[in-house]
Amino acid sequence: MFNQAKKIRDKYIRDEMWPSIFCTGCGIGNVLNYTLRAIDSIGLDIDRTVFCSGIGCSSRLPGYIEADGLHTTHGRAIAFATGVKVYKPELSVIVFTGDGDMAGIGGNHFIHAARRNVDMTVICVNNFNYGMTGGQVSPTTPAEDLSTTTPYGNLEEPFDLCRLAIGAGAPFVARWTMGFPYETIAAVESAIRTKGFGFVEILAPCPTGYGKANELRDAPANWDWYKENTITRIDLARLSPDERAANRKIVIGTLWQEEKPEYIERWHQLVNRLQADDVGDS
Amino acid sequence: MKKEIRICGFGGQGIILAGVVLGEAATRAGYRAVQTQSYGPESRGGAARAEVVISSEPIDYPRVSRPDVVVALSQAGYDRFGRDVAEDGVVLVDSALVEAEGVTSVPFTRTAEEVGRKIVANIVMVGYLGALIDVIPHDVLESTVLANIPSGTEDLNLGAVRAGRDLWLSTVGGNDGS
Amino acid sequence: MVRELDYRRVMKVLGSQEKFAQGDVACAYGAILGGCDFFAGYPITPATEVAETMAILLPRLGGAVMQMEDEIASLSAVIGAAWAGSRAFTATSGPGFSLMQEGIGYACMTETPCVIINVQRSGPSTGQPTEPAQGDMLQARWGTHGDHEIIALAPASVQECLDLTRLAFNLAEEYRNPVLVMTDGEVGHMREQIVLPAEDEIELVERCRPSDDPGAHVPFRAVRGAVPEMASFGTGFHTYVTGLTHDERGLPATDDAEEHTRLVRRLVDKIRDDADRLTRVEVDSEEGAKVGIVSYGISARSAAGAVRIARAEGQKISHLRLITVFPFPEKAVRHFAGGLDRIVVPELNLGQICHVVREALEGGSEVERVSRIGGEIIPPEEIVRALIEGGERV
Repeated sequence: MFNQAKKIRDKYIRDEMWPSIFCTGCGIGNVLNYTLRAIDSIGLDIDRTVFCSGIGCSSRLPGYIEADGLHTTHGRAIAFATGVKVYKPELSVIVFTGDGDMAGIGGNHFIHAARRNVDMTVICVNNFNYGMTGGQVSPTTPAEDLSTTTPYGNLEEPFDLCRLAIGAGAPFVARWTMGFPYETIAAVESAIRTKGFGFVEILAPCPTGYGKANELRDAPANWDWYKENTITRIDLARLSPDERAANRKIVIGTLWQEEKPEYIERWHQLVNRLQADDVGDS
Repeated sequence: MKKEIRICGFGGQGIILAGVVLGEAATRAGYRAVQTQSYGPESRGGAARAEVVISSEPIDYPRVSRPDVVVALSQAGYDRFGRDVAEDGVVLVDSALVEAEGVTSVPFTRTAEEVGRKIVANIVMVGYLGALIDVIPHDVLESTVLANIPSGTEDLNLGAVRAGRDLWLSTVGGNDGS
Repeated sequence: MVRELDYRRVMKVLGSQEKFAQGDVACAYGAILGGCDFFAGYPITPATEVAETMAILLPRLGGAVMQMEDEIASLSAVIGAAWAGSRAFTATSGPGFSLMQEGIGYACMTETPCVIINVQRSGPSTGQPTEPAQGDMLQARWGTHGDHEIIALAPASVQECLDLTRLAFNLAEEYRNPVLVMTDGEVGHMREQIVLPAEDEIELVERCRPSDDPGAHVPFRAVRGAVPEMASFGTGFHTYVTGLTHDERGLPATDDAEEHTRLVRRLVDKIRDDADRLTRVEVDSEEGAKVGIVSYGISARSAAGAVRIARAEGQKISHLRLITVFPFPEKAVRHFAGGLDRIVVPELNLGQICHVVREALEGGSEVERVSRIGGEIIPPEEIVRALIEGGERV
């Protein structure tokens, strides 16, 4: 395991940027690890891969990878990524984003990219808060939880990002936690392989922000929380109908998978048709 | 040579198209032209106004400041713009749509009906105006009309622009249809 | 670096060399003749015709046209495409321009070539969507936060909508900066005759590509002149692009005041130092004139009318038209204002560029303004009156 980690680090990490900014117990480093393993396993050409991100701790990830990276404005990474990919479809485009960046300010770009089904992979690190700015409430913070801007408890309900993605039309949607490294790696691989908008939500700890406010101050506490508060899709299916109806745990696993026409494919078909018409006219 | 034309009425009458055709025809005939318009946001019914400046010299100010011809296709248009015309200018109104004194009443709409459809009253007007200002050869005007109307309506629109020209020629006498 | 335009293929799609067209449509032609191969936009009056024209024409040339979910996404996609190697642009009006300001700053900071057309309309806020105005001019210069330079061109005719949009693409590539084409609802929707350029009149200036290998290349170091070479994504250079303050390697350097100063001064100087070469004006000076006009955009048409009328009445008037409004052609304007006691600046706003003119002529000519808002462009007579009786105070 260590040797593999070192191999991945030597192969993919931008040395001048190391060590990272991430806090002790943060899950973003894991996300980086799993993503790099996934692309290594697939054998992606790193020279033809572009990592895009918005603003936030998760959005710092492209900086650590020795590859083309586009660290953009808050919430807009997916829109930038759309331009990159549509203009140069031979590139693999992977977006790192967070719950606040993607589902707060970036919500609109998220749902439209899923609807449009442009071929890209979006990895959303969900740590239930805006961590970089000190732990404010985010669109995925559970109701009643504390944060620096909800000192009396969150009055709002959170998004289920995967249901949003499915509702918006994403052809591949998966959610995992830190406790499932190999499943997460496999999900990222699947998302990359998906011809279309591949979405992977990864629940990750933020002991400094959300964790500190909500009694999850270290990695073990967070990993326990995931164990107690999530249920795999398969385990959910094994429950009785009543138990399933009563379930309040977060469902994890591959939650949606289908094949549907991808945007760039359709655009290329249009261009070919128009150009054939033009040739026919001459 | 400079001709300043203002056409007003309501949206849906094809006023802007008329302005575009006149302006474009003027450029095809070798002159400079600027066509502008103003309208309300409604697609139908709101006030619409098109202006065309035709000149043998480069045109600086693109709007009409001293109209040589004002055409009013609605009462409201006439009420608003009918009195602002150059001393030696002419005001035309559609006989079916506008009541006014001391102006030239022209049966654009009635002629359009005779040609085939009321909707081409604007093209009848284009034919009339083209003949009136007398700087655009009629065949250039016709080819410009054809370039700006939906395919399948060529005969109708050609009929309209010629009927408009003939209307003008018959008012100055000596029209033998040539 | 110069790229070739496939002229025959483009002209086959654009059709005739001479057209009677609207300004918005001419901007689209200008973009295509300027080598554009990616457009992303969002509908907004009075700029929608740009997007609609691009939607019809560009796919026939193999380029991509996308209607994004809002103006922010439009500019973001344009910047992303630019980094993938595209000559990309978007078009909008006031409310969308306001939304794009963050993206404009990002493009400045990351030195991304891109073009933004603003068909200005009456504001503030939703204002009069179908009426022209020139109310976004200072926003063009300072709409985005922080120190930066902007290149802003002001077409005064439909032909210039075409020509200056073409030019905008070349300037964006040369300086690796966003370039704004500030038209307005009047010139955007009026029709005039335009002549498309002949093949030998077209030169596509392109960003300089790296002259060294990936291992040696320093992405934000200017090795040839003031502008760094730009490697497109996917060519093996592993460029990290960030809006954070960065060093020459492109890596964040937010704690380093000297690094920040070096970077931002370079971004600003690469344009300021080249202002003389970059700026364009049109001058009509009359010997013995004591009064003059400095104009731009659609108001320059009104100003030209005023000059004609005034001279016919025996007045001596000089007139300078700004083609580049930013960087402001300070030298040219000062030279123009040399013997003039008074300068009048006509604008479809309550006074914006007049401030810039006044600052440039500090201690010299008196600067007054002729303001008109509400949608009607300025009648030449109003400017003539200001020339004789004096304009409004700046």
